[in-house]
This record gives sequence, C-alpha cells and structure tokens, in this order.
Amino acid sequence: MDMFNAIVQVLDSTIRLSVPLLLACLAGLYSERAGIFDIGLEGKMLVGAFAGASAAAVFHSALIGLGTAILISVAFALVHGFASITHRGNQIVSGVAINFIAAGSTIILGQAWFQQGGRTPALQPGERFEAIIWPGAEAIRDVPIIGPIYAELISGHSILVYFAFAMVPFTWWVLFRTRFGLRMRAVGENPAAVDTAGISVAWLRYRALICTGILTGVAGAYLSMVQNGGFVKDMTAGKGYIALAALIFAKWKPVNAMFACLLFGFLDAASIRLQGSPLPLVGKVPAQFMQALPYVLTVILLAGFIGKAIPPRAGGVPYVKER
Amino acid sequence: MAQAAIELIGINKSFGAVRANRDINLEVARGTIHGIVGENGAGKSTLMSILYGFYQADSGEIRVGGKPVSIHTSNDAIALGIGMVHQHFMLVDNFTVLENVILGAETDALLKSSITKARSELDRLEREYGLEVDPDAVIEELPVGLQQRVEILKALYRGAEILILDEPTGVLTPAEADHLFRILKQLKDQGKTIVLITHKLREIMAITDTVSVMRQGTMVATRTTKETTVGELAELMVGRRVLLRVEKGQSEAGAVKLSVKNLTVKDQRGVTMVDNVSFDVRGGEIVGIAGVAGNGQSELLEAISGIRHAVSGEVMLDGKPIDLTGKADPGELRDRGLAHVPEDRHHVGLVLAFEENENSILGYHDDERYLKGPFLDVDAIMADAKDKIEKYDIRPANPRLKTANFSGGNQQKIVLAREMEQDPGVLIVGQPTRGVDVGAIEFIHKRLIAMRDQGKAVLVVSVELDEIRSLSDRILVMFAGRVVGERGPEATEGELGLLMAGVEHQEAAE
Repeated sequence: MDMFNAIVQVLDSTIRLSVPLLLACLAGLYSERAGIFDIGLEGKMLVGAFAGASAAAVFHSALIGLGTAILISVAFALVHGFASITHRGNQIVSGVAINFIAAGSTIILGQAWFQQGGRTPALQPGERFEAIIWPGAEAIRDVPIIGPIYAELISGHSILVYFAFAMVPFTWWVLFRTRFGLRMRAVGENPAAVDTAGISVAWLRYRALICTGILTGVAGAYLSMVQNGGFVKDMTAGKGYIALAALIFAKWKPVNAMFACLLFGFLDAASIRLQGSPLPLVGKVPAQFMQALPYVLTVILLAGFIGKAIPPRAGGVPYVKER
Repeated sequence: MAQAAIELIGINKSFGAVRANRDINLEVARGTIHGIVGENGAGKSTLMSILYGFYQADSGEIRVGGKPVSIHTSNDAIALGIGMVHQHFMLVDNFTVLENVILGAETDALLKSSITKARSELDRLEREYGLEVDPDAVIEELPVGLQQRVEILKALYRGAEILILDEPTGVLTPAEADHLFRILKQLKDQGKTIVLITHKLREIMAITDTVSVMRQGTMVATRTTKETTVGELAELMVGRRVLLRVEKGQSEAGAVKLSVKNLTVKDQRGVTMVDNVSFDVRGGEIVGIAGVAGNGQSELLEAISGIRHAVSGEVMLDGKPIDLTGKADPGELRDRGLAHVPEDRHHVGLVLAFEENENSILGYHDDERYLKGPFLDVDAIMADAKDKIEKYDIRPANPRLKTANFSGGNQQKIVLAREMEQDPGVLIVGQPTRGVDVGAIEFIHKRLIAMRDQGKAVLVVSVELDEIRSLSDRILVMFAGRVVGERGPEATEGELGLLMAGVEHQEAAE
C-alpha cells in the first residue's frame, strides 16, 4: 500500500510539473504550425509569470493577475510577429532577443517596484489560484485504490491545471475541425497556396501568435501563482526549451504533445522523489545525476526514438510574394 | 464574334526600371480557348498575375463580362469567376485533395459542412468533366498530372468561369498533356473560357481557337489559330524568322570518346531504371537519346556523370573507367574532360541565390585562371563572366545580378556557357532547351553543333522529339530502361514514336 501511495504521489506531482510544459508546448504548436518558429516561449512564460505575480500582488486578485500575464505575454508575441512576419526578420534571432529582454526586464522591474531582490511579494490567499476540491474527495479518500486516485490525481488541482488539459482536445479540434485550423496548417506548409486562395498570410500568422501568447501567459501565471507563491528570477528554468523539445518529440500533434509533456513531467517528478533514496541494484545515486536524468533522456529520445519528425515545411521562412 | 469574357485595355506594369507590360490590349471571347505565347520574360505571366490580382497594374482597365472591374487581391478575381492554375502548383502537399479544394472557400467557421459540400461538388465535377481524383488522397502521393487536376478542381469549385493556365504542360508527360487537353476541350464545350499561357507552339496549334503573341512586354499580334502557322507565330515571338531546324553538315565521327557497356541502374526502391544499356559516343558526333520522360534517361545521365550509383556495367571515358559507385568526384571527371549540363538546372546546375558571375565558374572555381594565390581572382571572374554573357547573349547582361532573377532560358544559357566554354572532350546535356524560348533554342542548337564540328563527343537527352531529330547524328530510343532501337536522323516521327511507346519492343518480346 505504501508503494501504491508513493506511485500516486509521483503521478500527482507529474501532473503538476507537466502543466507549464504542456501549456508552453501547445503554445509552440500554434505558432510552429503556422510556420513561425518560436524559440521565445521561455521569455514569454517568464514575462507572463512576472506580470501575473506582480498584478496579483498589487491588485489582490488572482484573476487580474492571470489577465495581466496573458496581456503582457501576447504583447511579446506580437513583437515577435512584428519582427518576423511584418519585417520578415530571422525568427530565431527575434526569439532569442525576446528571451533576453524577458530575463533582464523582469529582474530590473521587479527590483524597482518591489525591492525584494527581483522577487515579487509573496502572494496571499485570494491572490493565488487555489486547489479545487471535487465533491466527495474527502469522503472517499480512504477507499482503497479509487480513493487516492480520485482525491489526489483528479481532485485537488487549481483551475489552470484543468484548463491546460482541456486545451489538448480543444487544440486538436481547432486544428482539424475548424476553418482557422485548416488555414493555419496550410500557412505553415505552403503560404503561397494560402495567398493565392485569397487569404492574408500575415493576419493568419498574427492570429496564431496571439494564441501562442495566451497560452504562454497562462503557463507563466501557473508558475508564479500556482506552483510558487510569487515570482522568482529565471523561474522558467529552461521549460520553454523543454517544451520545444516535447513539441518535436510529439511531431507537432496535440495529443502526442500531452503525452510527451507528461513523460518529461514524470521524469522530473521521479528524479525529485528518488533523490537520496537508494535504488535497487545500483545503490545510492548522486542527486545531481537524478536531476540531470530528464535532460539526458530528452537527448536520447530526440536522437533516436521518435523516428523522423518532419516540421511544418514553411517553418522559419518569412513569406515573400515572389516577383 | 461571341461576347468578350475578358477585356484588358492599356495595361502597364513596371518592376523598377523593367517595363514588364506596356499598353497591353487583349480581348478573350467567351467559351473559347485563347493562347498567349511569347518568349520567356515577354510578360505573359505578369499580365495574367495582374488579371488574377497577384499584382496591381500601374495603369489600364480590366473588364470582365463587359463591366469594368478593379481587382486588388486574388479574392476579387475569384469572386469575378477567374481561376488560375499556376506553373508551380499552389497546393499544400500533406493535405488531402479535399482539404486543398476547400482551403479559402470554406462555407463557415467549422469544416464539417464545407467537407460535405466539397465532396458532393467534386463528385459532380468528376461526372461533368471527367476530372477523376480520389478526394481523400494526399497530394504528395499523387503524380504531377493529378496534382494539376486538383488545381483545376480548386478553380472550378470556386465557380471559375474563366480559367488561366500558366505553362501547364511543362511538368507533364506527353500522355498527361494529352489528357489535360481533352479536359480543356470539355471545359470549353461547357462554356468555360480558357486562357493558356505557353511557349510551346505545337500546343497552341493543337488546342487554341485564337492566339495572342507577346514580345518584350508588348502584345504584338492576335491571330485566329486556324489561319496562322507555327512559322508565323515563331517569327512574331522573336521578331525575326527562326530556323526550327538547324542546318548542319555531315558528321565526321572519330575515335570513341565515351563508351557505356551493360549499364544497369536501380532506384532507391530497387526498381530497375536502366536495364543493361550499351552504346558508344564518338568524337565529332551528337548522339541523341529519345524517349518519353521517366523511361530511365535521367538515371542514365546521372550514372554516366558519376552522381548516381550503378548496379553493374562500366562507363569508359577516353578508354579509362569512371567510378560508378555514385561517389565519383565530379571535379576529377571535369578534369578528365567530361562536362555535364544537368536536366534540373534549378536544383543541380545553379545556386540561384548566387550572382551570375559566381554561377558561371561554379565547379571550375579552383581552376588557376580564376585564382590569385589562395583567393578568388574577382577581376578575372568578372571578365570571364562578361565574355560568356556576350558570347551566349545572356540577358540582362549583368554579371552581378542574382541568378534567380534571370528567366529560365537565360539560366540555362548560364549553365551551358559554363560547361561548354571549358572546352570539354565529352559533353553530356540533359534537356538542353527545356523552358527555353524559340530564339534561344536555335542558338543552343547551333552551339551544340559547333561543339560537334570541333570533334567533341556530345550526348543529348531530350523529351522533345523535334530537338532530338534536328540535332542528332544517331538516335537511341529508350523505353522502360532499355535502348529499344537505334535510328539515323532521317527516321520519321511516327517511327520513333512507335519505338518510344514500346510497340515494336513489345511485339519483339512476344
């Protein structure tokens, strides 16, 4: 039974840890499917996290925090769009620039506004998104097997967790069942086909980037307002890049993206859980090794185990109407 | 005369200093097939792009069905019932036929009703026009001919009454082209108006009702097809009389320069593409390889020029073997006097993003003539490029221009100039005049014959039978990977056609 509880706990933290990855990964899916590489997921999450925690602390409202996070993150997405769609700049350079601006500006503004060494004030209850306890969760907690699964895994998460997982079927539906999705996929493959069909390539790509901005904003808000009680500098810690890896791993498909992010989340959760405890056969393993494990596995999985991942064909290439 | 479907009045369009269209007047009658011919760069595509809303005219008026209209975007054109089949298909390769057809013409925000509607509509179009294609097939898995059919379906689905086709047969096999023409005739019978842009005069004669000729941005003449001749059209196109058949003297074949023995080549799938082919090419003769595209000619060329692996057989260049593992060093082959003008100049022959002068020495760039110590001798390269531009009449005569900005015919001349001016002993040319205009064809043919007269061995592969017949001293016909016959230049078109279709071959096999 102890073993079972341990597993449930690891799975529970898997869910918590994979949420920001999942949101960022789906965010990347929108922009890359539309043919815009977005290495700036990391930066947009970071500004989202900072803006969310700041606004929540100042206005004492979690909802205002979330709204601000989304707003600022979308603004950064539009900057990326302005550089790479309107001015046909290099998408990687623009993305890297956004990451640098995000890393620098969040610390400077945080220090200027709150004087806590780049942190934002610790969020009070009401300024954070609280866990939602589902009806009957406490009542059946002691029922074997079903009890812990319902109480720990299904119930007891914040609204943003449910939002993230709801975005998976929703994104699939948008991509494959709506006009916007069809056009977005087309513009990522062959923008000239979209242009000659009488649709604006630029506007379509801007709309995809707005979707990206919304999702990275939510991801940022989750980091600073759910996982943590405030903003800490560089708190995204490379999640934006892991999300990009997960996106490739998932071959740009939403359901695959969820499993990829859950896998990375699981590795993360397992490494935390196993730190310091001896493993069978190998004995005690250094904590650093366990921490490195998810990243090592990322490299291995990406290097050989996913088969050929074909990115959207027009990805990274600015659209120029040929003369 | 039937009512005009389209009238273009006084259209002008400039790109920078280049006047692509000047004072163009054109009238296309409803329910006819109207051809527009002209050399590459004559302004045909620009004119049609203006009609389709891809570019805006600087001045002039467009009337559709007698009413003046303004067309600012492709959407406007589509709304007016104008559809266009582009030279390079505007399809999303990993979408299904259905998805491509509805893209941009969806009925509402959700796809379901669009798909249902498109499915029944495609069914109807299939019945009415014989445009059969599986709506659930993925584009990249379809042959080129079917992809083009999807483009036509796209236009018809959008309610096109006027269909513009830009060089539609450039990518098709002769059989596919014939099928396309049958479809076009059927569309015409149903009252559609068709504008066909091409530089192949034979197609114009075969299918159009009327034909307009463009030259250097102006519309020089409009004729009723029945009342004109290929000779007259060709003359109008280039502004002078061209010899469609180049004059040449008797060949004086010398020693064997290139010898192919029992060559067999398989493709990636393991299918035999070249099957036990043997032949010799002597100095001072042109050997032409005829055949319908896709019967192993491309693979044969690639194997001989050392860029494709051959399963068995040998190729001797001046009596010494060529490495057939597909790993031959092209530089070494060039040093041994083998020059190769590849079929696909865009992908293999040129770096389109380079300047003209860079492409004109590409592959020979480590030749001492172009080097000053370890550095490129830019002055020498420029002088050399200018020399070739003059000799080969490459236009515009600007060695600093990006290669992508030259027309197809001029790009071909750049490659030909590069390879021929190296004075090779053996010259292998794939599709020497594909996409090249009439004036340049004559020029290229003359150069090839001059090479022959200098005692070089020339091997030409072309799908244009006229070209093979007018150039070659000996003609080899390939069918299904084999050489099924050898004929002299006096062989008739019908005789070669039967060989190319594999008729004699099959009879012999039975």
